[in-house]
Amino acid sequence: MITTDVLIIGAGPTALFAVQQLGLIGLKAEVVDNLDKVGGQCSELYPDKPIYDIPAIPECTGETLTKNLMKQIEPFNTNIHLNERVDQLAKEGTKWKITTNRKKVFIASSIIIAGGVGSFEPRKFPLKKAEKFEDSGVFYSIKDKKYFDKKKICIFGGGDSALDWSIELSKNSKVVLVHRRSEFRGTPKNVETVKKLEKDGKIQIETPYQINSIEGDDKIKAITIKDDEGKIKKIDVDYILGFFGLVMKLGPIAEWGLNLDKKHIPVSTENFQTDKEGIFAIGDICTYPGKIKLILSGFHEGALAARGCFKLARPNEKYRHEFTTTSKTIHERLGKKKS
Amino acid sequence: MAKITYIEHTNKKHIVEVPNNMSVMEGAVQNNIPGIDADCGGSMACATCHVYIDEKWFDKFKKKDEGEEDMLDMAYQPNKFSRLSCQLLVSDELDGLILRMPSKQG
Repeated sequence: MITTDVLIIGAGPTALFAVQQLGLIGLKAEVVDNLDKVGGQCSELYPDKPIYDIPAIPECTGETLTKNLMKQIEPFNTNIHLNERVDQLAKEGTKWKITTNRKKVFIASSIIIAGGVGSFEPRKFPLKKAEKFEDSGVFYSIKDKKYFDKKKICIFGGGDSALDWSIELSKNSKVVLVHRRSEFRGTPKNVETVKKLEKDGKIQIETPYQINSIEGDDKIKAITIKDDEGKIKKIDVDYILGFFGLVMKLGPIAEWGLNLDKKHIPVSTENFQTDKEGIFAIGDICTYPGKIKLILSGFHEGALAARGCFKLARPNEKYRHEFTTTSKTIHERLGKKKS
Repeated sequence: MAKITYIEHTNKKHIVEVPNNMSVMEGAVQNNIPGIDADCGGSMACATCHVYIDEKWFDKFKKKDEGEEDMLDMAYQPNKFSRLSCQLLVSDELDGLILRMPSKQG
């Protein structure tokens, strides 16, 4: 069990800046994120795309922004629990008890939900039967590639995950690569390698096709694929793999009894508290009149939510606003020596 | 201003007037039309505003750029009339536009 002042759900830019704002006013935060890295949408959706509307930073990529935010929160030695999803919240006296899918338990006086649009999950095949075979014949990631040795495999997708695994698995297995159009969006090197492997008869490429059906009862025997004109082809397979990127699902957040407006959490703009005391929401996931989904707005929301958290974490202290330019206390918290 | 018909996969129709220079995605979201999620808010990063443009209207739009085509790889059941509605700007020429929405977005 980990006791902290604030538990932050999400590790995107808004969450990371909230860590800094909490740290400046002397509050300790723990961060939990479902992804395997920090940065949220910045890292997952557009790491290389430039962002032009961060104040005083004319241009930077999602990756650089994340790196800089991590640098900015370094003094606070914050624990970031990755690959972990917050599943349950329960009130315990005046505090909140938070449990993750890995059964880690946190006790905190406040929770800040900075969950973007929920957690990222792999996009799946649009077939009912794909659900039935998930993790036995249908996969969206590979944990142990030996499992696929000497099998007939069909890989769907046009990005680097699909290409990387086609190249890798073709060493020991029969691979068919299926994509909805004839252009692949992977790196030129990967595309070249796959085309060469096709020429050498190591990989079979089928474009422009999409999955149409899965055949087999207790295991997959074959699939059919279909093009835009309705032409259908049958392929004998043991396993199918789909690499269609990630989709955001609200997930467990929807089950915490919070007031929701579609996929968003309404908050008060005074401190970004939700309808439950001690639960705050900032960034893309919160909504209020005039809300815009900007990283900039998320920073502001985090700053105000941090002050809201202070009242609950230090009920007997009066919050005093101090500036980073002049406050000795803040300088100590940042590990800056007196000049 | 353009009158746009958004058709859900159940065939339920929503006809709304959308001001010029708004995206077709925003036209749906601001009118509470279900079927377009637009999780990323229109930054062409999520493919959850995927729509099928009516055949007669498809060529009236500017061609997809590469980024949009890349995102459509991830959309739910795309076909040759697929577009991301966040990339389609409304103008007077689109008055009467008809589009359909997929059965789900992710």
